[in-house]
Order: sequence, then structure tokens, then C-alpha cells
Amino acid sequence: MLTTIVHFITGSADLAAAFLFMYGLKRMSSPVSAPSGIRMAGIGMLVAILANFLQVFTVDAAAKPHLLVNIILAAVALALGASVAWFKGKTVAMTEMPQMVAIYNGLGGGAAGAIAAVELLGGKTHGLSQLVVTLVGGLIGAVSLSGSVIAWAKLDEILKKPLRFPGQRIVNAAVFVAALVVGGYIAFAVSSGGAAVLPIASMIWIFFGLTLLFGILMTLPIGGADMPVVISIYNAATGLAVGFDGYVIQDPALMIAGMVVGAAGTLLTLLMAKAMNRSVSNVLFSDFGDVSKQKQSAMTGSEKPEEASDAGIFMRYAASVIIIPGYGLAVAQAQEKLYEFVKLLKSAGVKVRFAIHPVAGRMPGQMDVLLAEAGVPYDMIFQLDDINDDFANTDVALVIGANDVVNPAARTDKSSPIYGMPILNADKAQKVYVVKRGQGKGYSGVENQLFYDGNCFMVYGDAQAVLVKMIEAVRSLGAAAA
Amino acid sequence: MNFTIAITGFVAVYIFMLAAFGGWVIIGNVPAILHTPLMSGSNFVHGIVVVGGLFALLNAANVTEQAVGFFAVLMGAGNVAGGYAVTERMLAMFKPSAPVAVVKKG
Repeated sequence: MLTTIVHFITGSADLAAAFLFMYGLKRMSSPVSAPSGIRMAGIGMLVAILANFLQVFTVDAAAKPHLLVNIILAAVALALGASVAWFKGKTVAMTEMPQMVAIYNGLGGGAAGAIAAVELLGGKTHGLSQLVVTLVGGLIGAVSLSGSVIAWAKLDEILKKPLRFPGQRIVNAAVFVAALVVGGYIAFAVSSGGAAVLPIASMIWIFFGLTLLFGILMTLPIGGADMPVVISIYNAATGLAVGFDGYVIQDPALMIAGMVVGAAGTLLTLLMAKAMNRSVSNVLFSDFGDVSKQKQSAMTGSEKPEEASDAGIFMRYAASVIIIPGYGLAVAQAQEKLYEFVKLLKSAGVKVRFAIHPVAGRMPGQMDVLLAEAGVPYDMIFQLDDINDDFANTDVALVIGANDVVNPAARTDKSSPIYGMPILNADKAQKVYVVKRGQGKGYSGVENQLFYDGNCFMVYGDAQAVLVKMIEAVRSLGAAAA
Repeated sequence: MNFTIAITGFVAVYIFMLAAFGGWVIIGNVPAILHTPLMSGSNFVHGIVVVGGLFALLNAANVTEQAVGFFAVLMGAGNVAGGYAVTERMLAMFKPSAPVAVVKKG
């Protein structure tokens, strides 16, 4: 009777959780309803976790003598893991969001891998299909854990350079094949049920060791600029691993949540790769970033410097301005100064909009978050496809801390490494101001013809300092008029 | 009445297929401006793995299983709490222009 009640309650709670996850994600399709969406998903999570504690009444016979210890361990693990991550999540700076997402994602992958390990070590899988799914889930989860940790270290700039050595791909492939062979042996030995030649428990440890190693090796050679795609892939991978674990422990809530995230992560990965003009396999298996050796077309014209105050006053009297922020803006911590300047322009009747390139920032949508943090309302923020045709009718395009995403070579120069990448058409505006630390190339190491164009003027200096000068110039103008 | 859940063979494949399709359609509608919160939000959703961790730990029958299960719950709990905290924080920052307009009138 008790068992039936427990099954009914946990079943209902999981059903509610699965519904709330999907509905919550659905509500995230608009900035208006998104906050309620995440709260709904949160309620679903809380209900599922609390209800599943009732499993203490239905544990396996073998676990009964250890139940009290297990309950204490579970409570300690929950409290410890949740409180540390919660505190970190509440205090982390918005610029560090990509590495935070990477590490939380790695934790999820690790949990999925650990569950698979417990099921395998305890011999709790039933039948060959469950056994294989457990191994696959464990493999993906473990790769996601170690890969995410490396991605985190790269984003946090603990690891500064991609690690590449000759024959790397062969080594990686060998480790992966070895993991598959060991996994295959485990599947064979357990399902045949007979006395195994090699001890199964040690083989399980070797299996997880190899998969963890593969995650590290696979992520090390990938450059920091490609980490957004990598995080997105590992996000999808963790989702898949969680889904497979759900099948193994017969919990449809895990299956649904895991698969929804798996699909979502895959879609985001493809979108990101498209915005970077690369294929996913190109990101994972090529040594991008070595463009210095490539021949580059000569630039025509010259870079024309302009005083920040003059540029500021020109924009004050323009009818429309489109601002193109790049990650350099966030590095200079100048988002708030920028919005202060924008408010000045707006109150002077200038039509101001922000144009965001899909790869502005270090993960998709990060620039939008950074602008939102500075107080920029979301209806002033436009994405590439929605605003690109408007540059031709715009007086001023103000480029701050961005470079490659406004490089016209992507449209015209077939020899350029960024050829074919979608760019913001800043060069089509009547006048272009580029705020930049000094002369030099962009992240990809490619020269930018835009800077040499006749309608483009360079405002050299730190973004923060330049904006302060612009604000002062426009303010003094207002004071003089009054 | 029996509420035991038993998912085998094709039933699992059907669940996976429908969930993947649902996820693809739901996420396809999210605008690019929300892609970072979306990624951390979906990251939070796969934190449901902590429930699997609880299952594994509560059913642990020896020290090894207890140790690995403990880490499963620890990491799963970190995934859930951290994912929720950052997503909620980011989404709270997105505001429309309306308040600015009010200030102008005043």
C-alpha cells in the first residue's frame, strides 16, 4: 500500500515537473513572460526533488541497512552543492556568465555520469538495452564533465592558449576507440553473465577514466573564441546523458527534460556555428585561428582619427544613430557610460538603436544581457536580420569594441578567412565612428577595410574614457544653449 | 491500483522523439536577444538529474556506491541551484522602455 502511494506521488510530481519545464521554456520566448517562465520551471524542480525524497520508503532490500546513512549523505550533498552554487550564481559578474554556464553544465554532466557509474557498479541494469544505454549515458556525461571544466578554464583564462601537438587527432581517436572497446567489453561481460576474464568493476573505472580523458583531450585544442559553440554542444550532451539516465532509472521526467535540452542545445549550436560561418565539425576538429600566415588584400585609403568630443557633438545633431557594441565594450566596463550617452542623445531627439551581432560577446546573447544589466531597455536592442537593412538610411553607425563583425571583407573578399560570415552593414551608414584602443587587427587577426573607408573615422582611446568625453561635450553644449 | 512506471523498448524511443521535437519547436521560437538566459535556463532544466542522483544514492548498498552517489547528488544540486540563480538574475534585467517614457512626462 505504502509503495503504491509513493509511486503515485512521485509519478504525479514528475509529470508536473515535466509539464512545468516545457511550459516554462515556452514562456521564455519573450522578455515579458520569461521571468515567470523560469519560476515555473523552478517550481517544477522543487516539487520533483521533494517528492522523490519519498523514495526512502521504497529502496532496494540491499540498501535497507544503509538507509539512514544514505539519507544523511543525500541531505548533506543537496545542502552543500545547492548553497555553494546558489551563492556563486548570485554574486558572479555578468561578464563571467559564459564560464559559469560552462561549470554548471559540467556539474550536470558529472552527475549524469556518476549515476551511470552507480548503476553499472551495482549491476542494477536490466537487460542488454538498458546496459548499453547506461554506458552511452555515462560516456556522454563524463565527456561533458571534463570537457566543460576545460571550457571553463579557457573562458576564465586559466588556460590561455589552445594546446596542439602533432598527431593530436590520432591520439584523441585512439582514446575514444579504447573507451568504446572497454565499454563494449563491459556490455559483453555483464550480459553474458558468466565469469569475466577481466574484473568488471576495474573495467568500469577504466571506462570512466578514458571517457574523462577524452573530454579533456577533445577540448584542449579548441580556441577560446570558439568556446560559445563548445559550451552549447556540451549543454546538449548533458541533456542527452540525463535523458538516457532517465531511461535507466525509469523516470520519464528525466527522459523528457534531458531530451528537450538535448534538442535545444543542438539547435543553439547550429545557430551559433551559422553566425560564425563555420560548421560544427570545423569548430571541433580544425586548428582555426592561424590566419597570420595567410595573404591579405592590401587596404586602400587611410585611417582618419577624430576627437571624441567632435564625434559626440556630431551624433547629438544626427537624426539617427545605430550603435554596434562588441566584447571590447564589456572589457572596458563601459556599458553604463554608453547608456548614459544614449540617454543624452535620446533626450535631444536622436533616434538611437543597438545592433547586436549573433557572436557579440563570448556566448550567444551575452551582449544583450550586458546591455540589459546597464539598463538599456530591450526594445532598443535589435538583432542582425532585423536592423541590417536600416544602416543605409542611418546618419551614424557607432562601432564600439567590435571589429570582425563589421568587416566588409566578409561580403567581398573571397581570400579572407571570415568570407561569408554574416556581418552588420555599418559601412552603409552615412558616417561611421569606430571607438578603438589603437590601430590593430581584430580577434581573428584580419585587417578591416571599413577603417580605411572615406566615411569612417577612428576615435582612439579606451571606450570608457572616450564615452566620458562624448558625454561632457554634449552636456556642455546643452549648458551653453541654456 | 499500480502506479509503477515501466518504460521499455519502443515506448522509450517514442518519449525521446516527442520530447526532442517539442524542445526543438519551443526553443526555435526564442528570440536571439534571450539566447544566453535560454542556454542557462535549459542548463537549469537538465539539473533534474539530481533526482536521478537521489535515486542512486538512496539505493546505494556499499561504500563505493555511496561515495559516487554522493557526488552525483552534490553535482546535480550545484547544477540546479546555480542554473536557477543565474537565469533568474539575467531575466530580471530585461526591462522595456516604459519607465523611461514615464520619467520624460514628469
